[in-house]
Amino acid sequence: MRESDIHINRVDWVTVAIYFALVMIGWFNIYAAVYDGQAEKSIFDFSINSGKQLVWIGTAVMLITVIMVADSRFFENLSLYIYLAFIGLLVITPFVGKEVNGQILSIGFGDFRIQPGEFAKFATGLALAKVMERPTFDLSKKNYQAIAFGVLLLPVILILLQPDTGTAMVYFSLLLMFYREGLPAVYYILGFGLIAIVLLALGIENNLYLAGAIVAVTLVLIFLGKRTWQRTVAFSAIGLGLIAFIYSIDFVVSKLPEHQQNRIMVLFNPNLDPLGVGWNVTQSKIAIGSGGLFGKGYLEGTQTKFDFVPEQHTDFIFCTLGEEFGWVGSLVVIALFVGLLYRLVFMAERQKTRFTRIYGYCVVSILLFHFMINIAMTIGLFPVVGIPLPFFSYGGSSLWSFTVLLFIFIKMDSSRATQLGRLG
Amino acid sequence: MKDQRPVVILIFIFLVSVILLTKLFMIQVVDDSFMKRAESNAIQRIVDHPYRGLVYDRNGKLLVFNNPIFDVMIVPKEFKVGDTARFCELFKISKEQLIESYTAAKKYSSVKPSTLIKQFSTRDFARIQDFLVDYPGLFITTRSVRSYPNATAAHALGYIGEISANQLERDTLKYYAQGDYVGLSGMERYYENDLRGRKGVKYKMVNVRGVDKGPFKDGEYDTASVAGKNITSTIDMDLQLYGEMLMAGKTGSVVAIEPKTGEILAMISAPFYNPNDLTGADFSKNYRKLNNDPSKPLFNRPIMAMYPPGSIFKIVQSLIGLQEGILTPNTTFACNRSLVACHNHPSPVNLFGAIRNSCNPYYHQAFRMIINQEVSSNTFKDTEIGLNAWREKVLKFGLGSSLGVDMTNEKGGSIPSSKLYDRVYGEGHWKYSTIYSLSIGQGELLVTPLQMANLSAVFANKGYYYTPHLIKAVDGDETMIPAKYQIKHEVGIDAHHFDLIQDAMAEAIYGTAARAVLKDITIAGKTGTAQNPHGEDHSVFFAFAPKEDPKIAIAVYVENAGWGGRAAASTASLMIEKYLRDSITRPALEEYVLAGNFIY
Repeated sequence: MRESDIHINRVDWVTVAIYFALVMIGWFNIYAAVYDGQAEKSIFDFSINSGKQLVWIGTAVMLITVIMVADSRFFENLSLYIYLAFIGLLVITPFVGKEVNGQILSIGFGDFRIQPGEFAKFATGLALAKVMERPTFDLSKKNYQAIAFGVLLLPVILILLQPDTGTAMVYFSLLLMFYREGLPAVYYILGFGLIAIVLLALGIENNLYLAGAIVAVTLVLIFLGKRTWQRTVAFSAIGLGLIAFIYSIDFVVSKLPEHQQNRIMVLFNPNLDPLGVGWNVTQSKIAIGSGGLFGKGYLEGTQTKFDFVPEQHTDFIFCTLGEEFGWVGSLVVIALFVGLLYRLVFMAERQKTRFTRIYGYCVVSILLFHFMINIAMTIGLFPVVGIPLPFFSYGGSSLWSFTVLLFIFIKMDSSRATQLGRLG
Repeated sequence: MKDQRPVVILIFIFLVSVILLTKLFMIQVVDDSFMKRAESNAIQRIVDHPYRGLVYDRNGKLLVFNNPIFDVMIVPKEFKVGDTARFCELFKISKEQLIESYTAAKKYSSVKPSTLIKQFSTRDFARIQDFLVDYPGLFITTRSVRSYPNATAAHALGYIGEISANQLERDTLKYYAQGDYVGLSGMERYYENDLRGRKGVKYKMVNVRGVDKGPFKDGEYDTASVAGKNITSTIDMDLQLYGEMLMAGKTGSVVAIEPKTGEILAMISAPFYNPNDLTGADFSKNYRKLNNDPSKPLFNRPIMAMYPPGSIFKIVQSLIGLQEGILTPNTTFACNRSLVACHNHPSPVNLFGAIRNSCNPYYHQAFRMIINQEVSSNTFKDTEIGLNAWREKVLKFGLGSSLGVDMTNEKGGSIPSSKLYDRVYGEGHWKYSTIYSLSIGQGELLVTPLQMANLSAVFANKGYYYTPHLIKAVDGDETMIPAKYQIKHEVGIDAHHFDLIQDAMAEAIYGTAARAVLKDITIAGKTGTAQNPHGEDHSVFFAFAPKEDPKIAIAVYVENAGWGGRAAASTASLMIEKYLRDSITRPALEEYVLAGNFIY
């Protein structure tokens, strides 16, 4: 370790400040979520989750210290090994891990357990940064695309085997980084188009309307442009293919495991089964919706405190915030997240090496995805997937993995002056 | 192209946050349905039902109290029955009933309690209490029902029952809720607002499993319930019970009033029912039975039955004649039976003799003088003017419209005006000969037993009455009774005119109602016989006593019991003795009334 590697004055304090702000607000909300007016336990009480979270926060600070004093080249040099190590952990997890609710997510001994799937995020980010850092790595070329997707999909497949759909989905957020690094935009347009059609197909009861709309659009496109027979055939084929696709969605959905089917259906009709599958979303919306403009006041929430919202201190922690601090509180927290993401984009763009920029965008992608999907699911905009709200949700694995993810980038950013510009 | 991509990413992040904040704004600020659902989720409104006020008689004896009853509650999830047959035997419930109640409870909620068996008595509860521990998921809640220790004065006290949909709709103050009990008749209904007290509300917080998490906002919005006020009735329970004993097995009414105050001492409607039947679990069953009973035990005869007043009305005619100056104590008429039938007595008679002998022709002639005062030369017109003027005077006696007793459904009887005869015979087509039966209390006249008793009080008081009422005090305070019962009503007859009337009445009973004569106590009374086209005449007697300082005025109607001098006079005399002496010196007369053979 060289003395010059600790660049305290170059650390991006804005990011660090937002990080601690979010962690502290999260901690107070965890206390509110488990608070029981009749028990009157202190926020520091280790027998309740807020006390435990304080331990996770303390250890996260220790992790931050370790990362900040490490050699600035450490993560770059070891990135592929770190990646492979976590792939190895993911491979052995199903064999040595602990089964909870049919899922094997964590490994470890006794109370000390980690979820490799959580930590493999930053490892995958590092690996992608490493393989893509060469200036010749061009994402518009098929062979490079194959390499990039290969690195991305390997952990995804292993996580899907656990099976943990929510965490696996997070990896696809890295497509945002691919976009920044030059993956052709047409992929995204097609992708979003397909997602839109899927949502429409699920949301609209009668597929005939949607099919009719596609026929209409296809006909308009055929008659508007040059009317060559090749073009006509191509458009017709695409149109017919889309219609077939719509009708296949119901079939595919019916092949999904039942709990996932339900989660999708509840998104479109939360009143479908308010006491069953719809319970989480309905109660979550009631909790947030009852907060009003300014909320009910700290520790005054009734919905979250009295267990109406399940998983309220982990995945549904946003409910506590929404109920007790209202729309204004939600605005503040969302603003903090947006501020953090903007700052990270800004930081990524000021990097001198492609490696750190790519890694920076990995951090942006993963945080954005968690932030967006977690809040969207609590207010019924997205199916319920078990992913935590970064820095907020209770739990050591979650907090540590986000801390490591973020602070590796802060560390890289703070030592950017020592690195040679290699941007292509 | 590539350089724009960070901007696209920033725009994307911004759009995501805008979408989230918009949706949040929609559900948090715009749509307030979530707020309400949150309240119904976590805040339970628990109504604290106050104790309904008790009712005492005028001597402080308890008439109505609240009896605790026990409901067996079930939490289906925790319930384990084991041996069903034994359970059914212990709890006195059929297997089908058990299954039905259990299924209904489970359908409501498997974790929240609901009623399994309604309304256990204290005795049943004592029996099962020890076995309850064997059945997890069962517990007991207590409520109270009205109870009548002496099972008396059913009609006067009334009953309470679950509020009807109609009543709920009319409750504009929204005090009542479905399932609340309200007074449905009698004093229970009239004094509902005093008796019911004020419901309290507690807001408590519950968690998702319905477990109590303490008061909402430390009880800031809670209101304490206020117990109902206790009411003292004017009823003398001993007299009431004695009257009920005498009237048992008969049909009719007894109303006894304290003349100086209008306080109703006893009010018997026969046949009566046991007020305890209209409480608790069997209310509906018993109500249906009573309602379908051909003898109409629910019909409150003292205020709802209407009869022609008969001979008793002659006293009213006498008083009007005296006040008008048309009659004097010395006015004499011959007992001319060609005018109207009469019975054997010396003739001619003066006013005193007319009252004592109940002379029909006397009043036929006297009433003509009252009606036809030759104000108009047209005899038809003259009759019309006379009738209406006479009617105004009669109404002052508390006749012709309801008195305003503190019970519901009081009837007013009828004193005909010219309009009635105009309608029947046509204007200008009727004269005195058409209406002369009014002179002797027959014809189109109708009065209730209560009005009759009140009339007796008027004679006792020499010209005034207080509206008869059942309320003596609210929470022990006699000034809290409705103001209308503290107003003295003058009937417009000078007091000295009553001396002759009272003397005649005191004299009369020796002739027409010898059975009523009481040693050492002067009873002033008058028999009446209300003609009944459907069978035997109704026996009527009204009286007050002691004549010198009246303490009780009474009217007795015994239907289909013939001559007033037998059933009614005997009953009235016994009631007077019971009230004034608190003991009966004439067991034979009591026997006679109890035996009930008045037609011979």
